[in-house]
Amino acid sequence: MTQSTRKPAKKNSAAARKKSGPAVASLHLLSDAEMHRIAEKIFKLSDAHETEVEIGMVSDALTRFANNTIHQNVAEQVLTVSVRTVLDGRTARATTNKTDEESLRRVVAASKALARSQPRNPNLLPMPGPQKYTKVSRYFENTAHATPADRARAVARVADMAEKNKQTAAGIFTTGVTQSAIANTNGLFASHRQTRAEFSITILESDSSGWAKANAPDLSRMDPVALAKSASEKSAASRKPGEAAPGKWTVILEPAAVLDLVGFLFYDFAGTAVADQRSCFNKRMGKHVMGENITLHDDVYHPLQSGLPFDGEGIPRQRVLLVDKGVPSNLVYSRATAKKMKAKPTGHGFSLPNDYGEAPMNLVFSGGNSSVDEMVRSTERGVLVTRLWYIREVDPYEKVLTGMTRDGTFLVQNGRVAGGVRNFRFNQSILEMLSNVELLGPAVRAAGEESFEMVVPPMKVRDFHFSEVTKF
Amino acid sequence: MWDLCTNSLDTARLRGASYGDVRVMHLRQRDLTTKNGRVGTLSQSESIGLGIRVLADGAWGFASTDRLTREGVAACAAQAVSLAKASALAKRGEVVLAPEKVYVDSWQSPFRKDPFEIPLETQLALLLAADAEMRRVRGVTLTETDMQFRKIDSWFASSIGSRIHQRKVISGCGIAATSFQDEEIQKRSYPNSFGGQHALQGYELVESLDLLRNAAVIAEEAAALHSAPQCPEKVGTLILGGSQLGLQIHESIGHPIELDRVLGQEANFAGTSFLTLDQLNKLKYASTIVNVVADARLDHGQGLGTFAYDDEGVPAQCTDIIKNGEFCGYLSNRETAHLIDLDRSSSTMRTESWNRLPIIRMTNVSLLPGTWDYDDLILDTQDGILMETNRSWSIDDRRYQFQFSTEIGWEIKGGKKVRMLKNPSYSGLTTEFWNSCDAICKFDHWTLWGTPNCGKGQPMQTMGTGHGASPARFRNVKLGAAFAKS
Repeated sequence: MTQSTRKPAKKNSAAARKKSGPAVASLHLLSDAEMHRIAEKIFKLSDAHETEVEIGMVSDALTRFANNTIHQNVAEQVLTVSVRTVLDGRTARATTNKTDEESLRRVVAASKALARSQPRNPNLLPMPGPQKYTKVSRYFENTAHATPADRARAVARVADMAEKNKQTAAGIFTTGVTQSAIANTNGLFASHRQTRAEFSITILESDSSGWAKANAPDLSRMDPVALAKSASEKSAASRKPGEAAPGKWTVILEPAAVLDLVGFLFYDFAGTAVADQRSCFNKRMGKHVMGENITLHDDVYHPLQSGLPFDGEGIPRQRVLLVDKGVPSNLVYSRATAKKMKAKPTGHGFSLPNDYGEAPMNLVFSGGNSSVDEMVRSTERGVLVTRLWYIREVDPYEKVLTGMTRDGTFLVQNGRVAGGVRNFRFNQSILEMLSNVELLGPAVRAAGEESFEMVVPPMKVRDFHFSEVTKF
Repeated sequence: MWDLCTNSLDTARLRGASYGDVRVMHLRQRDLTTKNGRVGTLSQSESIGLGIRVLADGAWGFASTDRLTREGVAACAAQAVSLAKASALAKRGEVVLAPEKVYVDSWQSPFRKDPFEIPLETQLALLLAADAEMRRVRGVTLTETDMQFRKIDSWFASSIGSRIHQRKVISGCGIAATSFQDEEIQKRSYPNSFGGQHALQGYELVESLDLLRNAAVIAEEAAALHSAPQCPEKVGTLILGGSQLGLQIHESIGHPIELDRVLGQEANFAGTSFLTLDQLNKLKYASTIVNVVADARLDHGQGLGTFAYDDEGVPAQCTDIIKNGEFCGYLSNRETAHLIDLDRSSSTMRTESWNRLPIIRMTNVSLLPGTWDYDDLILDTQDGILMETNRSWSIDDRRYQFQFSTEIGWEIKGGKKVRMLKNPSYSGLTTEFWNSCDAICKFDHWTLWGTPNCGKGQPMQTMGTGHGASPARFRNVKLGAAFAKS
């Protein structure tokens, strides 16, 4: 793979700037001290009863390719400062991307004006005080400082490979850094910094396609060429797709397909969703609604996970057992929801004020030992699915989802991949699907398009409902 | 602002760019929600920055910054050129732009009441009153209301000399009642699902909606749906209400006509299109009564796809997409126009914000009104199902096979709405479906619906699009498949 070993950029020095005009915009990370200073400046400008400051910084670059060439190449650096004030049981938020004194004064005034405009909320809790956090290390210099040329060289390699194979490549290669901090006038301060690298590729032929994607905090954990080869092989193997009849099928879902389906469950584990009676676990907590081979945690500290170890109020995230051997066992709670539902906060609250309360954002499924190859070998007749697309909820309580297969759908016959098949539409209850899992593979960090990244296994599932077939 | 634009374009040229365009944008947004009688979200945000797109060594680069100083924007322009030169490392051909005239202009979208000048207390009082009306109905277990307002100023400059300032004011408002009973969740929304109606209008949009009267209606319907019979599974006649038809247009006409998709530029994420270039002026997309345009001009209405100039500096236009059922037009930009033998872009380049690259987007892709009075359409239908207000939507990555479900259905027998149906859904293939259209209601029933949440591009951009539609009838449609058990 192409790994960045970039040296410190001399061209950003003042001398270099003088010689050749303005420098190329460079990465500027905020230190904790700088973020403290911004927060303190705002606290001084605010006479609200309580004030909270969120600081977010994103520095992202994305190289996009299609038809074996780069057609878009973009970069951004965005700083946002968000202020929540509390005035006598009323709270509201205002956000700006400017940090000069006048802009900060304006954002404080806007937050207070919004807060004053509403009726008092007797359930509003005081802001929390200082907390203790478990450190997570998700910042990698090689990823933070990857260059456009690094990304372009990797893209050129996969584009050349596609061209040699008489295929067409399209995809993205992105690298970036995010920083988050939260501080309040009760003494809480939390900050987090992490990097992100993502490579996604679709290989197309006249009547087939293949896809692969990976996402990691550390660029060196990704191999664009290996991903391109996998997508290329899938495209080649699914040429001249046949048509199989819709109906109940045994399916082998690769991790990305599992991710995009089970990702639709995440908000159902919110205490607020259950209190609002819109969760599929309403009246189902403690009951066997999935197979015994399904165990699910929310765990931001898992080595394959990413994300920050505190929530939208600065409360430390806890590891929570959500499903224990098929039984939904626990929900996640913000401070307000926990008080309402007589539970303990789990550190999963969204920034206040909001309507949705909280959600688990770092799902980790327990896996099994079966490889996808073993699943194929054990299947007399079934469908192997690479990826799903345009998934939407049809029935929120039975958790019926609809969507399409895409970019690598194969017929499995007598323990072998027999060839490509035209893409199916499915209408499938996820609760029912998780009751019908016959085999599980090892859980991996998976990336899809419908859900945030999770740690999920491939699955072999019986009686998966394909309702219709499309024309390709 | 113009100095910043000029400074960045000058830097880009000095660094080797052969073309550049720059947008400084100032975005202001206010969001208000209530849930179960209490204020939920109450927030306001503003963001200002600059994004510059350049051509250098025959390839594209784009960079953005919120450092609006001479040095900051110059560094951003230099970064854009550096990105373009990196793009050239994997270049297969030269970018050629269709010619465009130079424009120096200033434009503001029309509005009667600036939503940012309306007291927050007034806005919240209306939402809380609508919330209370819904909670009055027995069986309703969750009530939600929302308003969103945006004011967007953009200053566009290009290296060919254009200087265009535009100000847009956008409003959105909606309410929803949910009912959980007997292990079933039913929901009704007004005037549309997923946040209601959105338009390029001021607060007058909110005042036109009559929220209080409609709050009671949808709350009653949400509770009543539990005891309604299930929508049958069969092939039959379907009448779509205007807002659902708007989304049907969006998914099965608006997206497949985007030329970047057709050319494979979105293949990895949003997908491609069944409308390959050989289909232009040959495909019978729809029945002869179907006429669809992509119209960004104010004459078409104050939709989310209305503007004076696109984000590439091309004046708003009306493009025929389907004329008397024949497919006759794509959404193009300056880079792709020549591929369909056009000498000019159809003005569809739009960006979500200053930190995003303009890409081909729908403007107002609308089904032109037909000739039918709504009451006559119902009267003329012997056996059919009327479906209203979207609940779920899904279509394949070439925009061909689709499935939609709506919040409520009505059985029509002998020319009358006879009973409510729950869990309605329909599915089909795009061209078969549009060719089965045999009646479209007239202008009196036509609304320019706003879809505020269209996602496309990488990094993802959310864009508002407009879709004019009046209720229409379709024959021999597959009904009820979403809830079929086998």
